[in-house]
Amino acid sequence: MDNMRDKIKERLKDKILEWQDNSSKRIYFTLDKKDIFETVRFLFKDLGLRFSTASSIDTEKGFEILYHFSFDKAGEFYSVRVLIEDKKHPQIDSITPIFPGAEWIEREIWELLGINFIGHPNLKRLLLAEDWPEGDYPLRNKDEP
Amino acid sequence: MSHKVIVPIGPYHPLQEEPEFFQLYVEGEKVVDIDIIIGYGHRGIEKLSEGKHFDQVAFLVERICGICSSSHPYAYVLAVEDILGGEANVVPERALYIRTIIDELQRIHSHLLWLGLAGHFIGYNTVWMWAWKYREPVLDMFEMITGNRNNYAMFKVGGVRRDIKDEDIPILEKTLDELVPAVDMFRGAVMDDPVIKARLKGIGILTKEQAIDWCVVGPTARASGVNIDVRRDEPYGVFDRIDWNVIVEKDGDVFAKTIVRILELYESVSIIRQCLDKMPKGEIDADIKEVPPGEGIGRVEAPRGECFHYIKSDGTNRPIRHKIRAPSYMNVASNKVGAVGGTISDATITLAAVDPCYCCTERVAVIRKANNKKIMNGWDLIRLSQEKTNKLKEGLSNARDK
Repeated sequence: MDNMRDKIKERLKDKILEWQDNSSKRIYFTLDKKDIFETVRFLFKDLGLRFSTASSIDTEKGFEILYHFSFDKAGEFYSVRVLIEDKKHPQIDSITPIFPGAEWIEREIWELLGINFIGHPNLKRLLLAEDWPEGDYPLRNKDEP
Repeated sequence: MSHKVIVPIGPYHPLQEEPEFFQLYVEGEKVVDIDIIIGYGHRGIEKLSEGKHFDQVAFLVERICGICSSSHPYAYVLAVEDILGGEANVVPERALYIRTIIDELQRIHSHLLWLGLAGHFIGYNTVWMWAWKYREPVLDMFEMITGNRNNYAMFKVGGVRRDIKDEDIPILEKTLDELVPAVDMFRGAVMDDPVIKARLKGIGILTKEQAIDWCVVGPTARASGVNIDVRRDEPYGVFDRIDWNVIVEKDGDVFAKTIVRILELYESVSIIRQCLDKMPKGEIDADIKEVPPGEGIGRVEAPRGECFHYIKSDGTNRPIRHKIRAPSYMNVASNKVGAVGGTISDATITLAAVDPCYCCTERVAVIRKANNKKIMNGWDLIRLSQEKTNKLKEGLSNARDK
């Protein structure tokens, strides 16, 4: 089996800001958010990685999203990290136009953290109730000024 | 003029344990679009978890699902052990075997539960009763080992909470021995029965390309020819030391999904038997006191597919972020392609075939031209599905008589 790490490093060498091997099976790398669409298309369509899910967190520096991809043949797990620094109007390109499996998780992050996904075909509430107040995002840290 | 009719299925859940709401858009008998509305069971567990310490979270996530109630705590402890250096480096040998046995016992009871419900949906109530009858001894085994039929509380970071007693092992082996002929019977019933074949073949097809695009997991993916299984791809427990097979089918219809699950029952029985043979004596808990800062990902193959947990720790005694993605989250979304193009009478079984934590046929309103409403309940919908099976049965027996 070809080395998936090398393939990714080779193709994305100009884009990767930080590379982190937590273990032989857990690889994290950081990108600028403007590169996310092209990178995901490369990982999903060209390399055939399976999209597992995305996770998001409200940090001091901004909103961080991790896109988790599984390379099932080798049991390796690649997590692509992006940081959205603008906390007032957080936004990033949607990856749902590449494959429909990302639709729900982007809707979930949108409603729970208030991150706008540009180009999402169906950005509406997934989990929260219809009468949940607009602009109240449950997973944001509330104690910040 | 086209009469698009909305058939809402949901949002209550008399049959299974999670409320989901499917709005079927139908023209005549044909389903032309589907809108899936979830969130009725949203309990904010990810946020709750940030306020609990690492030991408590295992109990919390166990309550996400009553059927695969060991998959979530297992994936969670794997995520924490990922921060600590990996399950194999942290957890004692005997605990790895016990974890594997619990994981597989759960798969048996979950697949039998689904098989029963699937039988019921298409009008084979005998299958329903027999499948659940044979599921009962499996739950008894859980009670014997863990003290509970569901929510076993077996998993903790660094090990398991209860040992399997030596005197319990023969009872467990005997239960497995008695289960195999029952699974043989189900396999024969499904594979040889012309009505079931006619009813399930070619229904709710999810092609391999669609399965990849919708990122489905577990038996739903394997029935469509996507060869993935976390147990083999990234082995946890002792799956890498055991001889077993990943079941993959090609057709992607409800029949293929049924076959995958039935054949997986044999593999599960075989895995548990091998574990019982090889299980060494020794400690069952590594007694972990502290979790260092870091990020960890845990994945297990739940009965429905890959269950994913992500933990971020900052060195305190509680996670600062806990992301959970259950397998049905990916599989239910794929109903958008599985059910569209089929008929209403197939929708019940198609929507159930991904084995979602599915539910919700409590109240069904068939609306025609907006002002003319007819309220049906869940039983009416199931009756519609069962009527189709009966018609097929009659058709086949008429053909035989001639």
